[in-house]
Amino acid sequence: MSDIKTNASLLNALRGLTLARLQRAMRVGIRSLWLHRLRSLLTMLGIVFGVCSVIAMLAIGEGASYEAQEQIKSLGSQNIIIRGVKPPDEQKVSNQGSQSYVLQYGVTYADAKRITATIPGVTVILPARNIRDYVWNISRRVDCEIVGTVPWYPTMRNQPVARGRFFTENDMDARTSVCVLGAEMVPLLFPLESPLGKHVRVGGDYYQVIGVMEARGHEAKTDDATEQKDKSAAYRMFVPLETVKMRYGEILMRRRSGSFEAERVELHELTVKVASLEEVTGVAEAIKTVMERNHKKKDYQIDVPLEMLRRAERTKQIFNIVLGSIAAISLLVGGIGIMNIMLASVTERTREIGIRRALGARRRDIIVQFLVETVMLSGIGGILGVLLGVTIPFIVSHTAGMKTIITLWSPLLAFTISALVGVVFGIYPAIRAANMDPVEALRHE
Amino acid sequence: MDPAIMPSPIVQFDNVRKTYQMGPNTVEALRGVSFDIAAGDYISIMGPSGCGKSTLLNLLGCLDRPTAGHYLLGGQDVSGMDDDALSAVRGTRLGFIFQSYNLIQQLTVVENIEIPLYYQYRPENECRERACKFAARVGLTDRLDHKPFELSGGQQQRVVIARALVNDPLVILADEPTGNLDSTSGVEIMKVFDELNAQGKTLILVTHDPSVGKRARRTIRLSDGHIESDVRH
Repeated sequence: MSDIKTNASLLNALRGLTLARLQRAMRVGIRSLWLHRLRSLLTMLGIVFGVCSVIAMLAIGEGASYEAQEQIKSLGSQNIIIRGVKPPDEQKVSNQGSQSYVLQYGVTYADAKRITATIPGVTVILPARNIRDYVWNISRRVDCEIVGTVPWYPTMRNQPVARGRFFTENDMDARTSVCVLGAEMVPLLFPLESPLGKHVRVGGDYYQVIGVMEARGHEAKTDDATEQKDKSAAYRMFVPLETVKMRYGEILMRRRSGSFEAERVELHELTVKVASLEEVTGVAEAIKTVMERNHKKKDYQIDVPLEMLRRAERTKQIFNIVLGSIAAISLLVGGIGIMNIMLASVTERTREIGIRRALGARRRDIIVQFLVETVMLSGIGGILGVLLGVTIPFIVSHTAGMKTIITLWSPLLAFTISALVGVVFGIYPAIRAANMDPVEALRHE
Repeated sequence: MDPAIMPSPIVQFDNVRKTYQMGPNTVEALRGVSFDIAAGDYISIMGPSGCGKSTLLNLLGCLDRPTAGHYLLGGQDVSGMDDDALSAVRGTRLGFIFQSYNLIQQLTVVENIEIPLYYQYRPENECRERACKFAARVGLTDRLDHKPFELSGGQQQRVVIARALVNDPLVILADEPTGNLDSTSGVEIMKVFDELNAQGKTLILVTHDPSVGKRARRTIRLSDGHIESDVRH
């Protein structure tokens, strides 16, 4: 019977609660929390650390996955990238180095033609040849990847030109010696002047700089297949594909002691743009089939940025679930701590409860009083936790150089949950206080 | 109260019984007690320990409900009321004075005095004003912001008296009001009671100090759950 009554009075307590009364109850609550400062602080710590760790971990996780996703996005989500890969068994042969050998691998022009001809949904195709060489400006030198490609590279790969222009169809047809530099290498080659209009030297040839790409942002190290190309091309220079074909031919030679090694590679990279996002997966499958049929060796690799993006998102989801459960557990522990202290406090203040009841306090007044105290305890803990949780990622990104992102919802959610913990774990002690018999309570020492 | 209904008694006990369940045995604390108290009366309830004094006081104070019988306070039957209604009765119609003061230690004098008003949800400034007025009445104007432990026993008991008066109750119940005081403070407090009664307040004192009991105009003597004697002097 008393249970039903307390439930009813709990509802009444909340219904009859005006703002003025709440304010008063809060003032009384602050007073009694302040009376036991140390105890209140220690009780709060559970919530503080719970909230703080949730926000900090989410911020760090969010930052990391943001970087990974940005990188994948920069490849273009509608793109499928086919890269030429030196087949592993061939690599072994070439490493023996005793014989002269012409290694042929990679994506061919025939592949490009076949893909456009046979697979519907493919809109643009972007071939690229990558050659590793030194780029010189008088005495300055940069180890660079020379990318021979086509004029629509910037739009397709989401890598806009910052200054100047990219080369055009005319440059392609005329096989002009022009180049567009990656932003990262500009300060190394042209520390003082604008590179536009100047010439750089590669081997025996000179190229006029007609543009500079936009910086690609922080190139985070990911062990994703995307960036596993040997020693990853930090510096890149873009040259018309036809020009590269003319200058380098299709056979790359490398001299070694006693032998020389040659590689015959038509294309290092082929980017296929699919008309719509929905078709990406299907087209990727089709390309796989086409490539398998025409390549005896596995000398290519197909990357689908969209799939990588989806995988990254799934990873992030799992990460969030794990974080969520850690948060839930830590807040649960914090809540139990609060409940424990409030139960002790109720026992300790039995006499006060008796006095208040004798002087006209209803059960619901007692409930409100203790509930307000608990909610304040967890709420203040939550606020401290949010402050700390916002500060930690800030410090981390400044000292460790990691990117951290604090989403708006994470402090809000953490705080709401902490306040909710106060309500949930405060109800039982409050009901216990309210259910005390006034006579017994007054007699309590 | 309306003077027209003044003749009707302010407290009516009609064959009130109270039994407690103590493990397997039932203890009869009050075995049918009946009496009336008129408005403005000054009554002491006396008797040896275990005679049912405390039980009677708890019932009078609406802290407990009788097992059988009726208790009419100001013409209203409170014996069957639910908890919230009883709380309201305590807060509006009764004033309590305890032996051990029962002040809330973390609150100041004025805050202690305004507790009964606080639970009637009166506006804050009204509470404060009234509390100050009653503190002045018991001579504590210069102690308003002190905590109870900074006051002497006599002063604390005066805070309690102010608290009992602040809601303008029908009846003031005092449980051994001088029990924790030295004789001088005790006499002082008793004087305050006399004054209150002279002003028309209905006082019920529970005590086993005969000198205190004698000051009342009527003494009800309890023994083993019965009224042994009911003397007016």
